[in-house]
Amino acid sequence: MTARPKVIVDGNEAAASVAHRASEVIAIYPITPSSTMGELADEWSAAGSRNIWGTVPEVVEMQSEAGAAGTVHGALQAGALSTTFTASQGLLLMIPNMYKIAGELTAFCMHVSARTLATHALSIFGDHSDVMACRQTGFALLASGSVQEAHDLAAVAHSATLRARVPFLHFFDGFRTSHEVAKIEKLTDDDLRSLLDDQLIAAHRRRALTPDHPVLRGSAQNPDVFFQAREAVNPYYLACPEIVQDAMDALAARVGRQYRLFDYVGHPEAERVLVMMGSGAEVAHDAVDWLNARGHKVGLLKVRLYRPFAVDAFVRALPASTRRIAVLDRTKEPGAVGEPLYLDVVSALREAREEGLSELDPLIIGGRYGLSSKEFTPAMTVGVFDELSKPRPRRHFTLGIVDDVTRLSVDYDRELDIEGDDVVRAVFFGLGADGTVGANKNSIKIIGEETDNYAQGYFVYDSKKSGAVTISHLRFGPRPLRSSYLVKQAGFVGCHQFTFLDKFDVLEYAAPGAVFLLNAPYSKEAVWDHLPREVQKALIDKRIRFYVIDALAVANATGMKGRINTVMQTCFFAISGVLPKDEAITAIKKGVQKTYGKKGTAVVQKNFEAIDQTLANLHEVPVPTQVTSRFSLPPIVPDTAPDFVRKVTAVMMAGKGDLLPVSAFPVDGTFPIGTTRWEKRNIAAEIPVWDEVLCIQCNKCAMVCPHATIRAKVYDGAHLAGAPPTFKATDYRGTEWKGSRYTIQVAAEDCTGCSLCVMVCPSKDKSNPRHKAIDMHPQLPLREAERANYEFFLGLPEADRSKVRLDVKGTQFLQPLFEYSGACAGCGETPYIKLMTQLFGDRALIANATGCTSIYGGNLPTTPYCRDASGRGPAWANSLFEDNAEFGLGFRLAADKHEQQARELLERLSPRLPGQLVADLIAGDQSTEPGIGAQRARVAELKRLLRTFSDAESGRLALLADYLVKKSVWIVGGDGWAYDIGYGGLDHVLALGRKVNILVVDTEVYSNTGGQASKSTPIGATAKFAVAGKARPKKDLGMLAMSYGNVYVARVAFGAKDAQTLKAFQEADSYPGTSLIIAYSQCIAHGYDMAFGVEQQKLAVETGYWPLYRFDPRRAVDGGSAFKLDSSPPKGDLAAYMRNETRFRMTENQNPDRYRELVKSAKNDIQERFRLYEKLEKGVPITPSGAAPAGK
Amino acid sequence: MDLTTEYLGLKLDSPLMPGASPLADSLDMVRRLEDAGASAIVMRSIFEEQITRETTGNIYAIETPAESFAEAISYFPKASEFSLGPDEYLDQLRCITEAVAIPVIGSLNGITARGWLEYAMRIQEAGADALELNVYYLPTDAAEASEAVERRTIDIVRLVKGALRIPVAVKLSPFFSALPHLVRQLECAGADGIILFNRFYQPDIDAENLEAEPRLHLSDPSELLLRLRWLAIVAAGVNVPLAISGGVHSGLDAIKSVMAGASAVQVVSALLKKGPEHLRTIRLEMERWMHEHEYESLKQMCGNMSLAHCPDPNAFSRANYMRILQSWRVGLS
Repeated sequence: MTARPKVIVDGNEAAASVAHRASEVIAIYPITPSSTMGELADEWSAAGSRNIWGTVPEVVEMQSEAGAAGTVHGALQAGALSTTFTASQGLLLMIPNMYKIAGELTAFCMHVSARTLATHALSIFGDHSDVMACRQTGFALLASGSVQEAHDLAAVAHSATLRARVPFLHFFDGFRTSHEVAKIEKLTDDDLRSLLDDQLIAAHRRRALTPDHPVLRGSAQNPDVFFQAREAVNPYYLACPEIVQDAMDALAARVGRQYRLFDYVGHPEAERVLVMMGSGAEVAHDAVDWLNARGHKVGLLKVRLYRPFAVDAFVRALPASTRRIAVLDRTKEPGAVGEPLYLDVVSALREAREEGLSELDPLIIGGRYGLSSKEFTPAMTVGVFDELSKPRPRRHFTLGIVDDVTRLSVDYDRELDIEGDDVVRAVFFGLGADGTVGANKNSIKIIGEETDNYAQGYFVYDSKKSGAVTISHLRFGPRPLRSSYLVKQAGFVGCHQFTFLDKFDVLEYAAPGAVFLLNAPYSKEAVWDHLPREVQKALIDKRIRFYVIDALAVANATGMKGRINTVMQTCFFAISGVLPKDEAITAIKKGVQKTYGKKGTAVVQKNFEAIDQTLANLHEVPVPTQVTSRFSLPPIVPDTAPDFVRKVTAVMMAGKGDLLPVSAFPVDGTFPIGTTRWEKRNIAAEIPVWDEVLCIQCNKCAMVCPHATIRAKVYDGAHLAGAPPTFKATDYRGTEWKGSRYTIQVAAEDCTGCSLCVMVCPSKDKSNPRHKAIDMHPQLPLREAERANYEFFLGLPEADRSKVRLDVKGTQFLQPLFEYSGACAGCGETPYIKLMTQLFGDRALIANATGCTSIYGGNLPTTPYCRDASGRGPAWANSLFEDNAEFGLGFRLAADKHEQQARELLERLSPRLPGQLVADLIAGDQSTEPGIGAQRARVAELKRLLRTFSDAESGRLALLADYLVKKSVWIVGGDGWAYDIGYGGLDHVLALGRKVNILVVDTEVYSNTGGQASKSTPIGATAKFAVAGKARPKKDLGMLAMSYGNVYVARVAFGAKDAQTLKAFQEADSYPGTSLIIAYSQCIAHGYDMAFGVEQQKLAVETGYWPLYRFDPRRAVDGGSAFKLDSSPPKGDLAAYMRNETRFRMTENQNPDRYRELVKSAKNDIQERFRLYEKLEKGVPITPSGAAPAGK
Repeated sequence: MDLTTEYLGLKLDSPLMPGASPLADSLDMVRRLEDAGASAIVMRSIFEEQITRETTGNIYAIETPAESFAEAISYFPKASEFSLGPDEYLDQLRCITEAVAIPVIGSLNGITARGWLEYAMRIQEAGADALELNVYYLPTDAAEASEAVERRTIDIVRLVKGALRIPVAVKLSPFFSALPHLVRQLECAGADGIILFNRFYQPDIDAENLEAEPRLHLSDPSELLLRLRWLAIVAAGVNVPLAISGGVHSGLDAIKSVMAGASAVQVVSALLKKGPEHLRTIRLEMERWMHEHEYESLKQMCGNMSLAHCPDPNAFSRANYMRILQSWRVGLS
């Protein structure tokens, strides 16, 4: 047997490595958690990596998974070997083509990192609900349970499909396997060649559609023949399982790892047997071994080939002693007799018995586990076996949760831990930005590559994009690690941020006698006194060895600018003893050299210095015998929080959401709003401080703040009574509200420290221009005082909407109804959304496409949309990624219908109502805030009157009366949605002309899934799937929309011209038809410090990169031009704008000559586009004349 | 007409060459310069600070948001595929050495000893015939003495000379208090040539917005005089060949430079304004002038107006304009 390389990869890479080498054409679309597979395939092809036949596979990114499936289908029909990667909603979009591909008996293998389908909520995490939705397509379903299996069975699937002609869906658990980093043996190209039969590939080629031997496929058939023709495939499905087993055997013959269609493990005379598939089976495997070692007779059947389901192989795999079976499904089918695997097992055994294949007649029960990556542990497995031992086990159950509603959950011993001492376990708490995960991945590489040990890493990420917390779970051991669940009892716990001690029960993970490494800004003498009582107690009770280092000081002293990863990694190796210290340090340095060597020695040297400085600064702290601390952990939320927040949200915030029972939750996914205000995250190291003397009261700071954490109020001075001592106020300078007081107040505990407000502040000290009316200052010394100040500030009255002048300054006195979101620090999208809620939030319905906007808009535990003092606020919902325009249109149709019925009822009831009231309700002007206020008052009066009536129609009108106040429907999403996956629906909604407002926050890249190119990505920019830099200019979505003639279109950039942005929002809302706002949004995927976001916006507009305009068809009605250019002709150097961003610099660094050409075409494109816009402005028609607003 | 000269140990057809600038960024331009009679090509400076900043900037932008959020483990294609260092510069240097027959001189501005040495070595490896050390340092710290500033420069030259086999020129700024002494020490440290002077970009003040504005403007002939004076002064005290950079726009400017002591004449602004072919014009003007004034070779005039040979050395060494220059002459009375 040849020696094969051992590699450290995650499940996605393991599968993609085979898929890329075994394919010619790859069509993909990014979706979590499968995106990495497509990205790797693209990077490999971009780097010229060849498949096993010596050609570089062609990788193409499509506009959606539906598009990818169609492309793959075409490539297969034309005779290419093809693959794709997807998950969840993406897989659903592929289903129509999957039926076709299977119906045409096409050799094909796709790879799925199985993920939850969105139901009451979206979840990016893993279960089998997506794969189970495909079991009827005719695809073979092959399940892998570990990273090695994801590699091996990928090869088996690519091999078997060629002979079977049944297409394969190879899947493994999203995140748990797709993102688990492990050491595996890599199949060589020769291995793959031996599995992929040339004759069968030739047969696949011969079936290709070609004009040289033309045939027709995809006919339409009639009742006379369709049925028979459909049955013609049967022999292929009957033969398929044996072909798969043959491929598994062939693989075993080469590499020694033997797989079977159904792999039984456990006691040969087991009476209780578990049936399951995926990574959970690996966990159960360990538990079965553990139980059998303790005298039990239990077994586990791992299902590999789920479809076609081979009944004979299944019953043959079960021991004859089997008396009771528990089937575990990682999916839920409400309303079914049981979940799919359970049903298959029940029918298979029944059939087998009736056909004489087996005598077995066990009791069979079925349970659900692990939905949305819910932990599945050995303890739970033991719990199921205990349930099976009961005289009357529950027929249907759930596992791993507490179901106190339908009482289905099986109980288990939560303290049980079966892991052996031969496995080193470590848990690390880090901040996303501090590089902890990267360092841990590096440590796994070092241990996996430098020793014979097996290594495993799994990383739990945050749902926030700023100040994100990461928890790394690492295992090292002498045998393959099947423990695909989180570490519970670690011998090493690292806490890389001191502030986490206040927020998380970090030492919960520490086993007795464990090592605890803490990064703290305190000396070894002082640190003890800064620990909360709970932490001190745990250190003493668990006899923990306690080490401390001021990693930030070491990092900063060695020029690492807050990147403490290398320092903490060195500490880990220095005190964990997993490797001899010197060996480990040499290996760390080798890793640094490998990562940064090509990028210049400066970075390497800084890292080396940090490594060398670490040991001198790492100290063991003697743990006293007594708890001495005078403070305890602060409460997660204050007692003043609402009941739901205290009982449910706070538990999630503390990282203990797993403990919440079913009864804690709404039954339909409805959640209370405005909960971010209870999550004081304190993530900013520095916060803005206001100088009320210097301030010119322009409110621009409030306008640009992405998190609504800097706010302005103007109010009567009398309200200042009782103000905290450091609360600042000054005389208001405006002519309106003369004599009032004015305050800019920062929400110190919610601010992310992005400093956009400081950058935009125009007011400099004349004698010391470095000092502005807002400067950044360290947060900690200000926290207490500013907390009180902000609390007081919130209590000051909000501005009267009917009196505010709606300019840039005035709108910032309106309450933002979108606050403290989880968006990135310096996010370029959220200021637009916040502005929209200030202007229209109290009457807005928001349809939100999946993406960043939906994640910071609606990801638990807390959500940012909130309500005003009258209880009104944006009503927000996310349907899908691809259907958002349609979803929002539905809002409009419903609201319009409600309004129409209200009017109809009003007319019918008018004889009984005051005439003037009815007339005003029907015709009252609602074009201004005072008008809306008046209408609200009329509606209140109407409702009051209706309460005195008792007939049914009055009751109906009372329900609908609020719709007499106009509603503003906003359809919000990113460029991935608007330019690509949702464009079809968007286009249709534009064409309908109904009164909806579409806001596209355009980051020019798929931000939420990690920077894949969209059709909005500009020429010259590097992105995933445009590794070398995009060669074509971005699609002009605005022009496409304008071509309808009756759509309001604006292109805006708040950092360049805030007044124009504001105008566009106001015009969009007032426009009686469809409006589209395309909003420049800086993004971390552009690769620069987001503090310069506003500066970049200015440059973007100045250089013509992002021209500003408003196309208002109302202007055309009077014979004018609908198009109004709001920016000047391009001036300045476009290259200077581009050079500021890594996305462009990367392209330049790869190929300077090509980059120069791309910049040149970008400049030409800008000039030509600007000329076109100028023509438009002069009224040269681009659309058929006569188009006019067509809204209702 | 014999315009040959020796500079940095290189025998050159004429003293005329483009100075360090973006002129050498494009191969097409380099070929035109050669055709216009450039005796050498000087590339633009590698700025260690810029490379470090850009590299760390890229790394910071790529790594900081990575590994934070489950859906986006990274935001850029894998960075290992990209070289973010000075490779582009070195590639260009290699291309130029292949494209032209004349010597190619690299240029470097370092900020750390390691940087100076590493990039100098890499420029040599890439095939440069000589290297300019562009000592571009602004002392802003009141605690730093002028001696320390000079020592830093001398140490760098010694360090680089100790490692390189190709000749090394040092390009200085005019802001040294004892320039002749410094040049002599640089000569002792091994410098093969001295270039007077480099030009800093001059920030302007935006009074409206209270901001300092970086500005880069081209030289004009008025800048010549500062250089002529210091060439004349320095040339008298050292043997190391000198070059002028800044202010040469015409053949006569070049003649004056040689007279003051320059063995090489670097031109940038005039070529940027008028195109590389202007170098030929300057050469023709030089030849015409020499012909008219019956010079046979450039060597005849090299340094003839330096402090050592100039009829009135006081004109260069005097700080104040004297109203009555010819009142009396020392020794005649």
